Amino acid sequence: MLDNKDKIFNNLYGFEPWSLVNAKLRGDWDNTKDILLKGREKITEEVISSGLRGRGGAGFSTGVKWTFMPKEPTGKTHYLVVNADESEPGTCKDREILRNEPHKLLEGCVIACAAMGAQVCYIYIRGEFINERHVLESALKEAYDDGLVGKNACGSGLDIEIFIHHGAGAYICGEETALLESLEGKKGMPRLKPPFPAAAGLYGCPTTVNNVESIAVVPTILRRGSNWFSSIGRENNTGTKIFCISGHVNTPCNVEEEMGIPLKDLIEKHAGGVIGGWNNLLAVIPGGSSVPMIPKEICDEVLMDFDSLQAVKSGLGTAAVIVMDKSTDLIKAISRISYFYKHESCGQCTPCREGTGWLWEMMEKMAKGEAKKEDIDTLLSLTKRIEGHTICALGDAAAWPIQGLIRHFRHHIEDRIDQYQKESNQNYG
Amino acid sequence: MTVRRLADNQDINFKFDNQDLKFLNSLLENYPEDKKQSAVVPSLFYAQRKAGGWLPEKAIMAVSDFLDMPKIRVLEIATFYSMFNLQPSGDHFVQVCGTTPCWLRGAENIKKACKDYIGQEREVSKDGLCWIEVECLGACVNAPMIQINDDYYEDLDYERTVKILKDIKNKKNIIKGSQIGRKSSEPLERD
Repeated sequence: MLDNKDKIFNNLYGFEPWSLVNAKLRGDWDNTKDILLKGREKITEEVISSGLRGRGGAGFSTGVKWTFMPKEPTGKTHYLVVNADESEPGTCKDREILRNEPHKLLEGCVIACAAMGAQVCYIYIRGEFINERHVLESALKEAYDDGLVGKNACGSGLDIEIFIHHGAGAYICGEETALLESLEGKKGMPRLKPPFPAAAGLYGCPTTVNNVESIAVVPTILRRGSNWFSSIGRENNTGTKIFCISGHVNTPCNVEEEMGIPLKDLIEKHAGGVIGGWNNLLAVIPGGSSVPMIPKEICDEVLMDFDSLQAVKSGLGTAAVIVMDKSTDLIKAISRISYFYKHESCGQCTPCREGTGWLWEMMEKMAKGEAKKEDIDTLLSLTKRIEGHTICALGDAAAWPIQGLIRHFRHHIEDRIDQYQKESNQNYG
Repeated sequence: MTVRRLADNQDINFKFDNQDLKFLNSLLENYPEDKKQSAVVPSLFYAQRKAGGWLPEKAIMAVSDFLDMPKIRVLEIATFYSMFNLQPSGDHFVQVCGTTPCWLRGAENIKKACKDYIGQEREVSKDGLCWIEVECLGACVNAPMIQINDDYYEDLDYERTVKILKDIKNKKNIIKGSQIGRKSSEPLERD
């Protein structure tokens, strides 16, 4: 279990005020100037060697991502855009950072801007988080008034501006290029890559998009050293992570833990265990609605990190653990996720726009049992025709939960079909 | 995707006054001078608030005039983003999260509570309440939950939801956030 002294987010639950005075008492903004004066290479090197992998789902090295930005001034503004459009079902970690630890995020923004030579940072926060946005705005004002952000930020000689922008309810804007489109005042439709944002991002200028949690842990990494961060967790899966444990557990919660904690420990030590006990567990979606579910046999042993979950054909994603006990209608649960993707498809690519609707309709039939057994293969083949054939990963995200269901619980779907057949035979027989 | 169209009844006046324009101009300070269009979502948000929680066509056009954007560009933003209500949505707009994490913990009961105490989805009751089912609102460890206007109400069940709706009808003060005494998303033993 993660020692309290190794926790980055000491005020994750908001038991103390978020304000600048209190944040400083917790160690935020402590001599940020010295960190900034290390210069971009040193800061980036430190973040790379800490092993920090992006906390938004894809798990790409945060420091390496920063090196993609132009090394020399291009005559254009260089941007950092923080993705606070948290809307992956199961995920609610960034919300706590925004409302309870806003200064960690703001300090991280200043440091990250310095590390990539960016002059302007936008924080794009989802529209529904209205109160969270007000907290962040107030915290930003405090930081400006204290000289921590703006001209000569923290006395470092660097000019770093931070602005807060918000969306209006579109999951797709969590995709980095859709987010940039949205920030430019357009519909949130993902862009074709290349060009990648580091070459041509916001307003055609060099841009890096990072998740809230990735940025908010950076100040602590630089203060305590990359060795400290990389000593937590396992090789290639280092550091601490906020896990969101929802669904059929006794005490659903967010908790910061070390990467690579066994899933069983995570659920039993922090979330009060599965309702009805561990043996009542049916399946877990370990990384937000987009990743394939894993059945209890895998949950017994699996570790919660990028590589361990990938090895069992799932993923850490956003580390949103959705627990489903034996009372769950799994087919219905996945069907509801399919509806989500149908609703949130931006409509740009045909396989996704049309396919997500078909997936949902077929899943609804599977949930009733009103299907033939060979339809399961048709459904599977449909997911393969969407996966990898769209501009962004929403198509993949719609396909994977269904693939996970069929991989591990095909017999559930077949039983449902048998039962439906039996009942309709009785009715007409 | 969902099909979203403007309301049939557009019988409402809408115009930005000087105070509105002052606020809208302050929004523009967040973006480069030649990138006014970036302010379209926050401007529509403001217009929706002014119009009483929904976007009549005249409000969309007022934003288009203010930002010098072609009307169709603003219209497509208003129809793309789901938080823009194209129909009147009452004084107390209740959004029930129905996505899987909330569904697992009984979102269907919350929808039933809304049906029982407000009425059919999308219909505005005579008390000014209106409810719809929405997709994940990002408070999954506090499931099931609803958003009423700006605020989240979390850790609900049928009875707690009914109590909130009744208290709104009776103009009583309601505690925001968790309804079982949680500060935010910490683990809490419950009955």
